[in-house]
Amino acid sequence: MSSIKPTVSIYGPVTDWATDFDHADPAYNRNADRIWGELRQTCPVAHSDRYGGTWLPVTHEAVREIAYDTENYTSRAVVVSTVVPDDPAPVGGAPPITSDPPFHHDARRLLLPPFSPKKIAEWEGEIRVLCRSLLDGMQAKVAAGERVDAAIDYAQHIPVNVISRMLGFPLEDDDIFRGFVHDILESINGDPDERVRSFERIDAYLMAQIEDHRTNPRDDLTTYLMDVEMYGAKLPDDMVGGVILLLLVAGIDTTWSAIGSSLWHLATHDEDRRRLVADSGLMTTAIEEFLRAYAPVTMARLVAKDHDFHGCPMKKDEWVLLPFPAANRDPAEFVDVDKVLIDRQENRHAAFGLGIHRCLGSNLARLELRVAVEEFIGRFPDFSIDGTEDDVVWSVGQIRGPRELPVRVTRD
Amino acid sequence: MRIHVDADKCQGHNRCYALAPELFDVDDYGNAVVIGDGTVSPELVERAKLAVANCPEFAISLSE
Repeated sequence: MSSIKPTVSIYGPVTDWATDFDHADPAYNRNADRIWGELRQTCPVAHSDRYGGTWLPVTHEAVREIAYDTENYTSRAVVVSTVVPDDPAPVGGAPPITSDPPFHHDARRLLLPPFSPKKIAEWEGEIRVLCRSLLDGMQAKVAAGERVDAAIDYAQHIPVNVISRMLGFPLEDDDIFRGFVHDILESINGDPDERVRSFERIDAYLMAQIEDHRTNPRDDLTTYLMDVEMYGAKLPDDMVGGVILLLLVAGIDTTWSAIGSSLWHLATHDEDRRRLVADSGLMTTAIEEFLRAYAPVTMARLVAKDHDFHGCPMKKDEWVLLPFPAANRDPAEFVDVDKVLIDRQENRHAAFGLGIHRCLGSNLARLELRVAVEEFIGRFPDFSIDGTEDDVVWSVGQIRGPRELPVRVTRD
Repeated sequence: MRIHVDADKCQGHNRCYALAPELFDVDDYGNAVVIGDGTVSPELVERAKLAVANCPEFAISLSE
């Protein structure tokens, strides 16, 4: 966490959530369910002048409609911030998440096989070993009388370690990668020039890794991307770098957030924790319910052309946030929507998005989340927040999850 | 009863494959395919209904 410093907002605090919202305001992720609930009653598609104009739909229906519409919205930029990247559609800077049809389909086909459920299942053993070794570290700290944190000592290490192994990147650079993720996804309302400089630093790192793989090819995703052909030719280095950037950024704090939120729930809901510890048969529905209730990822689009969206005059190049977590809290779609039911049978949640941009890493994320929760509650069946809710620090921006989650654990 | 996957709607969420592997398989790209002709035996009807109810893309349907 040493390289990560809070960003100074160029906008200041939010004055009104319906007309001046800012998802990078620290109050947003902490109170998101309440904010969405109020907006759903009064203003189901909110607008803010921040970031050059941003729309926020909060109903399942509206989020779904925009997610499926690749004519009126482009994915060429997917992180709302003070800087709109100049990478043009249909490729964008980090394909295929920043790509539009028809290019999107062909780029995505290159990546789907290594992330298919059967290929991802092969990683379970390694993930379990990793989780256990992190828990050994936590247990040693507990034995030494030190405080432990389920986000800092556990959740944040799991996805970064796995994606670094998949890419063949140095495992010891994990702090650097978390810094990249912070620069891209959390420092969104800061000084635009500093943001551009952070993009350049990330690009330089990725190009050095590609060069290292060119000199020393190995059996990993980076080498695969450098060798694979599309339209009869290898991918240019900048596209390889863009895809790697996607995998690195999208693969790290998303799952880290999902693990953290799930553990936060279990730390604050004794009955659910005891039930899950006692009955591992509940794990599948519990994981899906945590994904529904605490979905970490809000996506975004740019408006591709001026148009009217149910009375909202959307202008070209304005941002549209796609809060799948809000869709998951829409009472029109889910019964007992605000109750977290770890045995919920019917759960058509949209945590991994809807439509052609369904999270490429969803199979890996689910596996990491399940194994991380299984191992944690297996080791520490009894745990609670060490302190108060004010001691839990939530992320800012489009990815929602606890960044600090101090816990008090008791070993059986 | 028979189960169907609309290949145009399926985006590879894999909820069906996780809930009812007796009825669904996935291809190399992670998209769902029905096993055999999709006939659902009586003891699997509940699982088939769960697969329908959990598909985020409304890609799965049951017919008589």
